[in-house]
Amino acid sequence: MSKKNIQILSGTEAAALAAKLCKVEVVAAYPITPQSKIPEKLSKYVEKGELKAEFVLVESEHSALGVCISASLAGARAFTATCANGLLYMSEQVHWAAGSRVPVVMCVANRGVGAPWTILNDQQDTISQRDAGWIQLYCRNNQEILDTVIQAFIIAEELFVPIMVCFDGFVLSHTNMPVEVPDSDDIASIIPPYKPVLDITDSKHIVNINPVTFSTPRPSANGEIQPSYMGLRKRLNEALILALTTIPRVDALFEKKFNRTTGGLLWEYMVEDAEVILLSMGSLTSEAEVAADALRQNNIKAGVIGVRCYRPFPGEAIRKSLQHADYVAVFEKDISYGHEGALCSDIKSALYGTSSQPQIMGFIAGIGGKDVKARELQQATMDLIDGRITESPVWINLTV
Amino acid sequence: MKNNVINYSFKWHGRGGQGAVTAAQITAEAAFINGFKGVTASPFFGAERRGAPVMAFTRISTEPIRTFSQIEQADVIIILDSSLLNVIQLDQDIGKDSLLIINTKKSPDMFSGYNIPTATVDAYSAASKAGITVAGQVIISTSILGAVIRTTGLFSMNEIEQTLLHKFPHKIVQKNMESVRIAMEATQFNETWKRAIKP
Repeated sequence: MSKKNIQILSGTEAAALAAKLCKVEVVAAYPITPQSKIPEKLSKYVEKGELKAEFVLVESEHSALGVCISASLAGARAFTATCANGLLYMSEQVHWAAGSRVPVVMCVANRGVGAPWTILNDQQDTISQRDAGWIQLYCRNNQEILDTVIQAFIIAEELFVPIMVCFDGFVLSHTNMPVEVPDSDDIASIIPPYKPVLDITDSKHIVNINPVTFSTPRPSANGEIQPSYMGLRKRLNEALILALTTIPRVDALFEKKFNRTTGGLLWEYMVEDAEVILLSMGSLTSEAEVAADALRQNNIKAGVIGVRCYRPFPGEAIRKSLQHADYVAVFEKDISYGHEGALCSDIKSALYGTSSQPQIMGFIAGIGGKDVKARELQQATMDLIDGRITESPVWINLTV
Repeated sequence: MKNNVINYSFKWHGRGGQGAVTAAQITAEAAFINGFKGVTASPFFGAERRGAPVMAFTRISTEPIRTFSQIEQADVIIILDSSLLNVIQLDQDIGKDSLLIINTKKSPDMFSGYNIPTATVDAYSAASKAGITVAGQVIISTSILGAVIRTTGLFSMNEIEQTLLHKFPHKIVQKNMESVRIAMEATQFNETWKRAIKP
């Protein structure tokens, strides 16, 4: 094997470089902090001729995803990136992309949603799009951003489901760290060319790709029976369920080629004998590892689970990983208003009816860029173990 | 779990446009080239405006870095604009065995009140002499590193040069290396820093 190519990259640079390595053919994106450097980098690649892609200038995020959906239907590998209010502005197209079954990959540099304005990080933006029918993958560090974008194209184009690659804005997007950059030939060897289901560019065989569906199956213009709206929705759900096997398989393929893993569905750290699990998504998982190390030094058997794949939800993997835990501290950067963190609810539902019933507590952390330190995660975990918690969910490190 | 991990944290205080973020990034990369497995460099997460006080952070470690939270007390505190000493609360940055580096024409004795090893360097003149200006503004993101090399020994001119060659054309790199050299020689430091690595 040749010498490792390690570069010191920000999260946005890693994301743009990954899209380039995947030889994306159409990029359409509208700049928004902290995502802006992704389209900036990609437009430079295109301008310099390093990437043979169509860079489409758009006037909004709604159009950005609209362009990507159309390009993908026409058979091009399409990529975009956004976050926060930009993601919400494209929300109609977010649902449309999943319903159209286009394998678009979109990076989201997670940012808090206005109002009030914040440019800083939390995960409310992507969590609010949880039920749009996209696969959502969360990244622990910049290496995982690069690796996940690459894997996402393989997974999306196999299943015809769009994928959001989510990573914490500023915390990862603006932090430079070492990233091992694979050789473009090696990437080409694991990503097959994208083949759309239909060739809509063939003028001899005109197809209606956007028929109105009904609640019962109906024949199309050429007499073929078409599924009902509900039937198509079930197929989309089945594709996402199938992703629970595709995602670990693609990660294993990647590991075989590049000798590193993202964990597939879950990132696990010291869980084998853990009595208490610190569970989170994104960069918090990395911070939680530091907290778990400190807890172990105080003779607390702590482990860490990072939910890398949030949708589809890896219930079975969670159940297996939590079967020996007495306590689960769920740390997340979102809140389902009037209830608790979305991830916490999902973890509880995954354990419903099983014999293992650890005490599960939800912690809301890092909303709107609030700094989260490992020692705070450590303290919160001790508060759970020692029974000091009186509110639920617990808002970590909040003064006013 | 790893024992005997050696970590260094840097906190950079500057004004928007001076090059604090760039200096933080070059430091991270130079340290990585010099063998530190873990490095991170980040701006203070917030808006950046020309002239406004800004902060940047660098972490370097013998192991990969897993923490992305903001640095409180730093091992090395670098002040790119001495007028910031009236604005920032430096006491909060100072920890056990901290080192202070200030871009100023004054000598370190003038800052003895902080009671920590203090180096001063006229990074502005060094950059100016080497001709490093962008849009009329002298950029000290590389010259300040001369003082970092001289006081910490965490990397050398060689690693700075390799880092810059990743980012800039050869001619610009040579100008920047000249500013690093001038600043390194001009650094006033009459003490030793306990955590410095001897060349």
